[in-house]
Parts: sequence; structure tokens; C-alpha cells
Amino acid sequence: MIIDHPLLGPRDSAEFTYMGDAKLIDRPDWQAATAAQDFYEYAYLRDNPAGWHEELWFHEAGDRSWLVVTRNTLTHEISKVELARDVARRRGRST
Amino acid sequence: MHDLQPVTALGGTSPQVDTFDHITISENDGLALASVAARRGHEKACHAGLKKLLGAVPGPGRCQLHDPEAGFWIGPDQWIIGAPRQTHELLADHLKDLLGDSASVTEQTGAWVTFDVIGPAMPDLCERLCAVPIRQMVAGDAQRTVIHQLGCFVIRRQADDHIRILGPRASAGTLHHALILAAKSTA
Repeated sequence: MIIDHPLLGPRDSAEFTYMGDAKLIDRPDWQAATAAQDFYEYAYLRDNPAGWHEELWFHEAGDRSWLVVTRNTLTHEISKVELARDVARRRGRST
Repeated sequence: MHDLQPVTALGGTSPQVDTFDHITISENDGLALASVAARRGHEKACHAGLKKLLGAVPGPGRCQLHDPEAGFWIGPDQWIIGAPRQTHELLADHLKDLLGDSASVTEQTGAWVTFDVIGPAMPDLCERLCAVPIRQMVAGDAQRTVIHQLGCFVIRRQADDHIRILGPRASAGTLHHALILAAKSTA
């Protein structure tokens, strides 16, 4: 599997480590009234789609950047690769 | 008074040089290093400072080969700057003076071991060591890769048969072993 790194171009997936569902970016507010339930869901509940899935990949043997990779879990086709920081900032995180 | 004797990364009193017919592997003890990370919102000021220092800001996968200071890209808005240790021992301090609040600077001299690999068999040796596309790389290309389980930087220098490899200093012996093994297997 080849991951097309947005800065460095196509790289073998062996250079990367899978770090989980990209929903991990959406960390709940720890001060919310529903924080206990929110963190239970954040930590333990995952969708397991047969199809398109947004995933976090860490370029461990490369530039150490975190990526959001949109991958089809049935075909391993990758339709989109973005820097996780760009995705996070777009969602209002780390601004 | 203590009578302290500085040692190189491999533990010698002088840098180790291993010479083969087709390749020379030299420990390079003469580099001062520091990392620069642009602070969020100050990227432009940081780029301007680096440009003043190096002549240009190295982009992804690139090294700015420049004297006396050189620099290479290690990640988004992050670089490592190198210079001769004899003249730039306080490189990190100088960079901090230059870049001010636009960047975070960390002394790196003691964190890395540097090897210069020079000789006609350099591409063959590099192919046995790691997965960088050495024959497609041109002078000034710098890539991070894994050599013998160690995260290392491979920089293609000006001379056609010269690469510089930076690896973790605490594992200098392991990296040296990997280089010697690759040199012997390409003999």
C-alpha cells in the first residue's frame, strides 16, 4: 500500500504507523456536563465501516507528521491524504 | 581539577575512519547542530530569519548546502541547522538571537552521530542500508529513513559519490556496524 504524503509524495505504508480512527481528533470538552459519557464514547466506541474510513497515520520513518488518510477498508484504495494539523485546525482545534 | 578528555560518538579520542577500496566511512566529529521549529503565527518571521542565514529556506525533503551554516528540512516548519563546531560551538544561542520569538531552538550537537560515506560504491551501499531512492536523489536532497531500526537522516551532498548520514548518537556503534556491514557486502 502506498500513501501519497502531501509534502513528501508517495511513500510505502511500511514507513507509517496506524494510529486509529481520525475521530480521535475530536476530543470532548472535559468540563462539559456530559464529560463522563463523552469520554466513554471517545475512548471505547468505534465504527467499523466496510468502506470509506478516515484514519490517523503517523509517518514514523519519515518526517514524523500525522496524517488523516481516507482509505477504503474493502479495497485499500486511498482517496485523500491530508496533514492532520490542517484537518484539526479546520475543525476549530489548535487554533 | 578534573582532567576530562572529550571523546567522539564512537568513543575514540579522534574520529574513526574506515577505508575500503570502494568506500570510505568517516565519523564526522566537527559539526555543531541545532533544531529550529517555527512557532505558530510566526512562520513568516522564522522563514525570513532562516533565509537571511542560509540564503533560502529548505522545503520538504531538501537541504540548503551553504557555508558556514547549512540546514535541512525535517518536518513541517522544522529544520536542523548545522555548522562547523570549531567556529560555531554556540550555534543554538546564535540561532536564538537571530530568530527570537519566531522559533523554538534546541541544541542538537550531542544528540547525533554523523558519518560521511564517500566512494564509487556509495549508491550500492545506500541501497543495502535503507529505502531512500538514492539514484533519483540529487545534491541537496535530504530524507529521513530507517537504518538498522534507527531513525536517520540521509543527505546527498554536492559531490556525486558523497552522502552524509545522521543517526542517534546513543546508537552510534550500531549505526557504524550497519555501515561497515553494508560496505563489506558491496566489496
